[in-house]
Amino acid sequence: MKDLVKRKRLRHSLIILFTALIFTLPFLFNNNYFLSVSVIIGIYTIVVIGLCLLMGYAGQISLGHAAFYGLGAYTSGILTSTYDISPWIAILIGAVGTGILAYMIGIPIFRLKEHYLALATLGLGLIIHVVLMEEVEITGGPSGLSKTIPYLSIGSLKLNTDFKYYFLVWAVALLAVILANNVVHSRIGRALRSIHGSEFAAQSLGVDTGKFKLQVFALSAAYASVAGSLYAHYITFISPSPFDLMTSIQFVVMAVVGGLSSIWGPFLGVAGITVLAQGLKAVVPTVMPNAGGEYEIVVYGIILVIVMIFLPEGLTSGLINIYEGWRYRKEKADETS
Amino acid sequence: MKLLEIKELTKSFGGVLAVNDLSFSVDSSEIVAVIGPNGAGKTTLYNLITGIYPPSHGRIYFNGTDITGITAHRAAQLGIARTFQNLQIFNNMSVLENVMVGRHTKSKTGLLGAIFPINHVQREEQEIVEKSMEKLSLVGLANKAMQPAVSLPYGQQKLLEIARAVALEPQMLLLDEPAAGLNSTETQKLVSIIYKLRDQGVTILLVEHDMETVMEIADRLVVLNFGNKLAEGTPIEIQNNQDVIAAYLGEEDFDAKSCQA
Amino acid sequence: MDLASQLLQFIFSGLTMGGIYALVALGFVIIHNVTGIINFAQGEFVMLGAMFMVTLTGAGVPLLLAIVLSIILVMIVVGIIEFGAIRPAKKASPVTLVIITIGLSSSIRGIALLVWGTDPYKLAPFTKGSSIQIGGASIIPQSLWVIGTTVVILTLTFFIFEYTYWGKALRACVVNKFAARLMGISPQKMSLFAFVFSAALGALAGIVIAPITYATYDMGLMLGLKGFIAAVLGGLSSTPGAVIGGLALGIIESLGAGLVSSGYKDGIAFIILLLVLFLKPGGIFGTSGSKRV
Repeated sequence: MKDLVKRKRLRHSLIILFTALIFTLPFLFNNNYFLSVSVIIGIYTIVVIGLCLLMGYAGQISLGHAAFYGLGAYTSGILTSTYDISPWIAILIGAVGTGILAYMIGIPIFRLKEHYLALATLGLGLIIHVVLMEEVEITGGPSGLSKTIPYLSIGSLKLNTDFKYYFLVWAVALLAVILANNVVHSRIGRALRSIHGSEFAAQSLGVDTGKFKLQVFALSAAYASVAGSLYAHYITFISPSPFDLMTSIQFVVMAVVGGLSSIWGPFLGVAGITVLAQGLKAVVPTVMPNAGGEYEIVVYGIILVIVMIFLPEGLTSGLINIYEGWRYRKEKADETS
Repeated sequence: MKLLEIKELTKSFGGVLAVNDLSFSVDSSEIVAVIGPNGAGKTTLYNLITGIYPPSHGRIYFNGTDITGITAHRAAQLGIARTFQNLQIFNNMSVLENVMVGRHTKSKTGLLGAIFPINHVQREEQEIVEKSMEKLSLVGLANKAMQPAVSLPYGQQKLLEIARAVALEPQMLLLDEPAAGLNSTETQKLVSIIYKLRDQGVTILLVEHDMETVMEIADRLVVLNFGNKLAEGTPIEIQNNQDVIAAYLGEEDFDAKSCQA
Repeated sequence: MDLASQLLQFIFSGLTMGGIYALVALGFVIIHNVTGIINFAQGEFVMLGAMFMVTLTGAGVPLLLAIVLSIILVMIVVGIIEFGAIRPAKKASPVTLVIITIGLSSSIRGIALLVWGTDPYKLAPFTKGSSIQIGGASIIPQSLWVIGTTVVILTLTFFIFEYTYWGKALRACVVNKFAARLMGISPQKMSLFAFVFSAALGALAGIVIAPITYATYDMGLMLGLKGFIAAVLGGLSSTPGAVIGGLALGIIESLGAGLVSSGYKDGIAFIILLLVLFLKPGGIFGTSGSKRV
């Protein structure tokens, strides 16, 4: 049992270390570029944490998560700009509403076999995107919401700068990580992982796999919705375009590349892909002056294929393997010396 | 006391009758073996009892309650545990974690408790770990608790599955070819574990091809052939049953050697 | 135009797009049946066919030769992809495979973007001529080409499956891969054959539709999705289902867009997808798509 306690301590110290690091960085890199990229990384990390719970632990794929992200954004956007509802309440309404929607849609969806499940989420995402585009009365259609979305405020403190927003977003992201971590190492987390391991065996041990999958799906949708709300209050303007299939795929890429079975996976995946994308934005125009911003999809695509073939467990497992390989060699060296 | 009662159980898949008009019962603390050639309907029988799919006809009673057509996880909650012929261990977890999942029905922490692990949640976790280690000790795998489940050799993975099923504290344990792929030492170990379990009050239903082992440990046998019950009785009765001998004509195991029950 | 003529008009355009969907759906079903893979990159085969045609005809290559060359080029490209990306990942989980084909789809689309840019290209119709009037509705010659090609290709495919060794071997793999292997049929060769054959189907679809809808680097996405929905509608394991699904989808979409709302045109296909998945995941002709033991 000492082993278990040791691992738990290691996990907790890593989280504390990470938290300290995150909250120190903006003081070191207090420039708009770093802060705005970091805010987006934080927001995406929240979505991907939820997605990883679904994909990595329950083993179900979702190709439509941008829809939940968008629903959160639009709920917050519409409720605060048109109906003057408090932003914090709107975020809550969005999360709960999106969660309930996901739960209900999940009931027919989760009866399906793997491929079909993925497709149903794909279809769902596409339909919601179309609705956002077409229901001009409510959403403003392709040109987006006509009214500006207000900033979030904590009491009298208005969160209208990248610096302040960074702390909010990362506080939420860290909370999301800690919550997810607790869930994973609990009875619920084990039940989820068992579904991924072998659904029949899980059922034979009393795990109500149907109910669990629905709950994880709803939870992951709620996470995405919260992230969407944060996005809305950051950019203060939303249109349907960030909430399409490409974004859903992007989330999946980030989840997969980071590694589905670790709590650090989401962050690594999001950070890795974002840094790569930013790097490409800087480099590619010098090499190919007439390429538009769309070359990103090539890169996503190629990364995805390569990672899936050579490193299907993602970056975190890759790193863990490197670490363990190093430690093994070190032990071998110690033995022979 | 009849723990399990099967009445006129029938299951057809499309046109294929996998189980046909099957009836038998199992008393508490018995060890009953279900034998028969491949395709005789043994795994289908297990799937019917454990709720993987409902029967086409017939009824199943457990502890006097009609459990025909219940869901798999409900069967587990009622105290029926099983192992799988083609090993369904959780490859994505450690040995200990596998068994801990077995404690699922004996614990209560939900999502809220998972998110906010206050005192009694932590105590429950502790208890889950302790009980799981107990079951691992029973099968002799306690020293491998922290290893990934996939790293165990085949024979030990089978034992792991048993430990996991037993963590449920079942009233009845359905073993699906537990001796398949085990060498004679491992099989001996399996036999002693089964006896230990029976002594702890677990009723055991056993599907097995290893005739020597079956004849040694079973109190009674049920012989299936093409989904029908061919015969039922004690090992000696079955070995002398003409129909069984005819069905197994050519089977090496049915000779004087295995008659030394 | 009176209602009857209007309906006829919608049916004509529905059959045109339906033919394309049917060809794409057929490609899906073939790959899925032989390899079990859902090929999200199918739409890109269509796009490549169209784009190669654009380049070749732009360089002055005569029509028929350009068609043949385009198809061959797409088959080669897909063959290389099958060999380089699909084969090494054979043992991966279904989730991984789905993700890989999504990645391939993005990669191919992105490379097409780099090569051909974002501009839509106009391709000349195969035959010149103005629209033909039938029963008060008009149909352009290229539409007839589309429908005609679809019929010819489907007949050809049927014959290949029924009467040639390769076709029968393909079907054998669908029915029982293990037994097929025992008979000396190599699943790897069959996988390659399935992909290359589907590539040809997709390329042809792109070639015949491009004169009507313009060729762009991202035309494959929607076409692939809808072809896929058509395959699900017909039943992922059924080749005639794919064809009927394609035609049905084309017509329903056309009628829906014309009679109900054109903004939701794409949405119609997606709603059909969800309806099929929820009500009869196996599609019209397929087996049940829900979990089996």
